[in-house]
Amino acid sequence: MNVNLSRRSFLKLAGAGAAATSLGAMGFGAAEAAVAARVRPFKLVTTTETRSICTYCSVACGIIMYSNGDFKAGEQAELVHIEGDADHPTNRGTLCPKGAALKDFIKSETRTTVPRYREPGGTAWREVSWDFALDKIARHIKDDRDANFVETNDAGVTVNRWTTAGFLAASGGTNETGWLTWKTTRALGLLPLDNQARV
Amino acid sequence: MTNAWTDIKNTDLVIVMGGNAAEAHPCGFKWVTEAKHHNGAKLIVVDPRFTRTASVADVYAPVRPGSDIAWLMGVIRYCLKNDKVQWDYVKAYTNATYLIREDFGWSEGLFTGYDEEKRDFDRSSWEYQMDDQGQPLTDPTLTHPRCVWNLLKEHVEVYTPEFVSNLTGTPIDRYLQICGMIGETSAKDKVMTSLYALGWTQHSKGAQNIRGMAMLQLILGNIGLPGGGVNALRGHANIQGLTDIGLLSHMMPGYMNLPTEREPELADWLKARENKPMFPGQTSFWRNTDKFMVSFLKSLWGEKAQAENDWGYGWLPKLDVPYYDILRVFDMMDRGEVNLYICQGFNPLLSFPNRAKLTSALSKLKLLVSIDPLQTETVNFWQDHGIYNDVDPTKIMTEVIELPSTCFAEDDGATVNSGRWLQWHWQAATPPGSAKHDTWIMAQLFLRVKKLYEEEGGANPEPIMSLSWDYHEPENPHPEELAKEMNGRALADLPDPNDPTKAIRKAGELLDNFGQLRADGSTMSGCWIYAGSWTEAGNMMARRDNHDEGGVGTYLGWTFAWPANRRILYNRASCDLQGKPWDPKRKLLEWNGARWEGFDVPDISPTAKPEEVMPFIMNPEGTARLFSRKLLRDGPFPTHMEPWESPIQNPFNKEMRGNPVGRIFPQDLAQLGTSEEFPFVGTSYRLTEHFHYWTKHSKTNAVLQPEFFVEISVELAELRGIRKGGRVRIWNKRGEIWAKAVVTKRIKPLLCDGKEVHVVGVPLHWGFMGAARKGFGPNSLTVFAGDANIDTPESKVFLVNIEPASGDLIA
Repeated sequence: MNVNLSRRSFLKLAGAGAAATSLGAMGFGAAEAAVAARVRPFKLVTTTETRSICTYCSVACGIIMYSNGDFKAGEQAELVHIEGDADHPTNRGTLCPKGAALKDFIKSETRTTVPRYREPGGTAWREVSWDFALDKIARHIKDDRDANFVETNDAGVTVNRWTTAGFLAASGGTNETGWLTWKTTRALGLLPLDNQARV
Repeated sequence: MTNAWTDIKNTDLVIVMGGNAAEAHPCGFKWVTEAKHHNGAKLIVVDPRFTRTASVADVYAPVRPGSDIAWLMGVIRYCLKNDKVQWDYVKAYTNATYLIREDFGWSEGLFTGYDEEKRDFDRSSWEYQMDDQGQPLTDPTLTHPRCVWNLLKEHVEVYTPEFVSNLTGTPIDRYLQICGMIGETSAKDKVMTSLYALGWTQHSKGAQNIRGMAMLQLILGNIGLPGGGVNALRGHANIQGLTDIGLLSHMMPGYMNLPTEREPELADWLKARENKPMFPGQTSFWRNTDKFMVSFLKSLWGEKAQAENDWGYGWLPKLDVPYYDILRVFDMMDRGEVNLYICQGFNPLLSFPNRAKLTSALSKLKLLVSIDPLQTETVNFWQDHGIYNDVDPTKIMTEVIELPSTCFAEDDGATVNSGRWLQWHWQAATPPGSAKHDTWIMAQLFLRVKKLYEEEGGANPEPIMSLSWDYHEPENPHPEELAKEMNGRALADLPDPNDPTKAIRKAGELLDNFGQLRADGSTMSGCWIYAGSWTEAGNMMARRDNHDEGGVGTYLGWTFAWPANRRILYNRASCDLQGKPWDPKRKLLEWNGARWEGFDVPDISPTAKPEEVMPFIMNPEGTARLFSRKLLRDGPFPTHMEPWESPIQNPFNKEMRGNPVGRIFPQDLAQLGTSEEFPFVGTSYRLTEHFHYWTKHSKTNAVLQPEFFVEISVELAELRGIRKGGRVRIWNKRGEIWAKAVVTKRIKPLLCDGKEVHVVGVPLHWGFMGAARKGFGPNSLTVFAGDANIDTPESKVFLVNIEPASGDLIA
């Protein structure tokens, strides 16, 4: 980090430090110390802070995510709070009604958590293993590509294309996901590839 | 965006047209209020609805959906008539002085070369007059009748204030007031910024809407300056990144086009992209395309890409049509020509037009896969949800697989904002259940397919076997590795051109910038415009220095902006021909006699002499194009066209429907309605409290805006006997929806061509999954046809009818 003492960390020090410091050493009397002892410590002081960027629109506001547990240290990390990053030049700590409620999206009851399969004509989902789901998709890809891949066109020109399958990429995802998606889908010869930028 | 959100504070005038930043981009819009409060800026809003952006505007003008070109051409006419032109800028930095071929012309709404049969123009006459060296003929005096400037004057002559007002519904006094405000920014010390979004792109002539504004900004001398530019606000958090990386049917990373079958060898593809400068001494940066392309092919195929095998160019898929865009693919799907479809973080059942056609198409697939953190409508398209998704699951034979993926809080990586900043983020939470990263899922699918080919053989496995897969953990490529692969590295020692005994980069080292790329196979880079984002000095996208040198809002130490950490594109144009800022109080860059210096990375070689190299280095001309030559299919100037479904006829040509070169499939043509059957104009939009179809899964947002509604004027409510809060049915030939009616004064009937035109506003956030109440969206009604250049669907205009509906309020 290039920020020596950011606005945000200053505020945090001011909040959390007050309760933890011996005020007496700073010249405060016993009465002030007694008051300070009753001040609840800042709620987020034991959480792990992670810098992130809001996932919704392309203003891309800076946010701070607070977790119980440090994911990077190999711990289970549960998100408990999200707020605007006061050091971010664009949003300067502010968030809109969407960004302010980000935690509810991350913890939505309709998140997907396990691979599911619906058979032809089926009326319900069935939970399946990752291996079942991935192998089934790989088999479909292989069979359809083998049946419909066009290596050369009618004029004999090498075209290496496959157009009976399609892929939609996610402009809510990262660049790195986008790049791996480009590489793998194009290596298969896929031409029907688009992302939300088309619509 | 040519500029950045933080740059808006520098402006004198903001025009929001084709967007609604206060609601769709609230925290970015704060820079507009900043400019108003601290810079005395004014705000103009032009929109069919009186939006929250309009509520803080100095001037608001209503406009009929789909009439923006006429509106903008009328402003250009006003500027030309009233000498509101930044003359030095126009003469030096645009193609105003260039002569156009004698056989080019326009009449009855059509440019020369129209072929009705092919629905295409023969564009050969849309070109400069050139000498035998291929250098355009020019007339610096702007008196030649064939110079771009005089052709433009002639072209906009029809767009009088009366004509514009009659066509667009903007009252004439308001229009002239706005023209006056805009014209003031032609002064060298005044700047206007344009903010637009999908209100301009989702039209059958979307590209021409934006060109209209780009031309106006060039005439006013407002591009390249702090507080200026043409700023696409964009949609999703990384829609810019996925566009940069070329996740579009016809694109490769870094704005290079995927080859077509008419370019079987690399030499063919490169020949069409030589981009020789048109004038001696100009830069023409795309001349370096061979370096970008060979480095890209090296990133794809690694050691397998060699000069002898054309760097693996043959393994790239080759297009037989301009592109397999989503409309073409769903039309193919509906005809049974697509078997397998994978949606990664995408919910097409709600985001593509003509939902009935989408459901029919998805029902014909063999397999549908969704990779998503949320349970989307698309992956549940086979479920019966009554009127909200009226299907019989037992009749739908599509196999469906839903794979749980992580969301942004659970991964590392970069997303690119509308100002082109690549901002790295870090994982903060453990994924729920067995959800996996998209990168892991893509690697698994690819490696499993590859294994099947190894075991069984099959249709040309070479490109699959040859794909570079140089990851520490092959089953799970890390974001850091993928980011570095896009940045690029040296594959051999790169000799310093000034001292061949030294290497500017040793083999294996990360590159500092795209200037180090080579066409001889000694460098690789997955996305040349991202070169410099992760160098030997570290991850530039992770930088968080918010110091603002010069106070102009460029924040050069904050993350990384492409290209080359440049914050304002074309910034050389912020200075006059001698290299002095047009406005000394608005200095961004300045020529100090030896080099360019200032608060941004110059958009030109740092030592390029100001009077020699022109600012628009991505064009072989070196200048910006008021006349776009053959580059757009529907005209070198924007000309007014009606939407596919319109309440009035095209005044230039009563026979013309929609965009004369727009593609529409037969079944969709048959489903177009007329204003006799469907008299009202529907339009679609977002709300502050929701983001597309995600936030209805968030409890807070579902509480803030729980229920689907449509907005209509008091006058339309009276006309159709609709009561406030009553239930209504809205329909056309493609579908029908039911909604609660919000009767509002924020929408007014418009008077166009002697007719009263009523607008029905349809927000787009509801479906049948998530925490909000079930509802509909505009895509049950929208037209299955798109822009003539890129086929973005025309979701902003469609004809409907409306009536009170029986039954209770929808709940």
